Amino acid sequence: MIRVPKGVVEEIRAQGAGSYPEECCGALVGRAGEGFKSVVGTRPFLNRNPDSRERRYYVGPDAYREAEAWARAQGLDVVGIYHSHPDHPARPSEFDREHAWPWYSYVILSVEKGTPSSMTSWVLADERDRFDPEELECP
Amino acid sequence: MPVKILIPTPLRSFVGGASEVNVEGPTVGAALRSLVEQHGQLKKHLYAEDGKLRSFVNVYVNDEDVRYLSQGDTKLAETDVVSIVPSVAGGAGPPTTRPAATPATATPLPLSAEEIRRYSRHLIMPEVGLQGQVKLKQASVLLIGAGGLGSPLSLYLAAAGVGRIGIVDFDVVDESNLQRQIIHGTSDVGRPKLESARARLREVNPLITIETYETRLTSENAIELFRTYDVVADGTDNFPTRYLVNDACVLTGKPNVYGSIFRFEGQASVFATEGGPCYRCLYPEPPPAGLVPSCAEGGVLGVLPGIVGTIQAAEVIKLILGVGNPLIGRLLLFDALAMTFRTLKLRKDPRCPVCGPDATIRKPIDYEAFCGIEPELLNGAGELELGPAELKSMMDRREDFVLLDVREPQEWDISRLPGATLIPLSRLPYALGELSTADPIVAYCRSGIRSRKALQILQDNGFRKLRNLTGGINGWAETVDPSVPRY
Repeated sequence: MIRVPKGVVEEIRAQGAGSYPEECCGALVGRAGEGFKSVVGTRPFLNRNPDSRERRYYVGPDAYREAEAWARAQGLDVVGIYHSHPDHPARPSEFDREHAWPWYSYVILSVEKGTPSSMTSWVLADERDRFDPEELECP
Repeated sequence: MPVKILIPTPLRSFVGGASEVNVEGPTVGAALRSLVEQHGQLKKHLYAEDGKLRSFVNVYVNDEDVRYLSQGDTKLAETDVVSIVPSVAGGAGPPTTRPAATPATATPLPLSAEEIRRYSRHLIMPEVGLQGQVKLKQASVLLIGAGGLGSPLSLYLAAAGVGRIGIVDFDVVDESNLQRQIIHGTSDVGRPKLESARARLREVNPLITIETYETRLTSENAIELFRTYDVVADGTDNFPTRYLVNDACVLTGKPNVYGSIFRFEGQASVFATEGGPCYRCLYPEPPPAGLVPSCAEGGVLGVLPGIVGTIQAAEVIKLILGVGNPLIGRLLLFDALAMTFRTLKLRKDPRCPVCGPDATIRKPIDYEAFCGIEPELLNGAGELELGPAELKSMMDRREDFVLLDVREPQEWDISRLPGATLIPLSRLPYALGELSTADPIVAYCRSGIRSRKALQILQDNGFRKLRNLTGGINGWAETVDPSVPRY
């Protein structure tokens, strides 16, 4: 289960709408326990894919290290990654799965014609063969 | 030769939860192979089927990406630290392009190229520089209120690159806010202030994190909230919250960057630092309830919170950077009419009940009661209330009563009720002779609060036939006569 406060959901939705038709992406920063994650805030990434940013996002290791250091400085961790799917359902693609890290929550926001719609969360199975849906709680 | 490998959070469950693992190996490649021999489950996450590292797995030796060294053949010395660093990729559609290789940048800086461009006017100042900008980026500031003071505060702190800004507010944007609360726009009227503030700040600086708390700051939630921030900036407009912010800052050890405004005058200071005075050292007791009008009651020059809030922003930034002389132990007084700044010296009060050596306040108290806001006002206050419709029918029946307007003359110029007599609340105690205890009196003000105070004064002086127009003249405008302007 991952808990994403309403304010953070709104932030992700605003980013998804703002970057449309391109994909937005960012780190989810918060705390993790046994089978439970609680998001405190986001660390937006710039989508560094050289082209096709409507279908792809890419964030290099330097940006990741920066986000991680930032989270650590506040006693928090990067607990997941969010990105938007412009005009595409909020479920992970094959490409998402191939590039996924285990343990992280992958929060996906569908943005239809510029308007944010559904949001889901997924975790890569240890076998790397599929994503399992994760319960998303938005208090 | 043992080498340390730092394990990123997503892989820790495969190494028993450890954040680092010691392995043997003369090169990066050998060290990684030895890591996956020890922890077999890691293999499929780090290596693709063809035996190469997956494209999203990056390896650093100290602060260098091995892509720019000798890749897997990079030699390791005993003190070297190897880190596995994720890059993240994904996306909705078919792969039209491959994900980019990491751009060939020089040694990674603590700021991205984009941040360096954005903050360049800070970076070239010796007092800020790269180090200072990183401090700002790592800092967190909690703002109490997204109103007049909160607007410039949040805008400038966001623009300056303060990494995490929290805002507490529960209000919605009202038309009457727009004259000074420049973070909100005309199209935001009716929207929660936090929503419109977040959207605006996101536009000012997308590289920072904004956390919003749509709640009233209370004695129950303040401590927990303050704990997770470095600095608190007080942009509240009422005494109970101001004392709460002060006490919670003292109790959590967070500096309280204070500002307050009234009409043409403002104050600013930095309270609750180690060894410095707090707000209670300056004002041990709140003024009697109702004596000091709020902005809604007394008005405020629109530009004033712009000046005071910007001073607060400057103080916050100085505290984070550790430069200059913050307003610790000094109260800055600003007068926009005279256009003067004065500073008063403040001392820590050894008898202060919250920051003194014999402090008695160990946790937040009931601030409404402390500020005398409990409804001790008026006997049977409820029975004295008179709805606008009821007043209208009294007028229509031509009943005999005195309609008493207790607002200020400039408010009288905006709107008034037919047949009303103006005696401003401030003049009322000296003008009792103009009224007769024999007459029934209906008092009104803008919203119904000052007129209640007026009735209290009248009641204390033997008047008995008293009624209070609920919701004031604004309530009247809303329900009886829309041609009366609301303000």
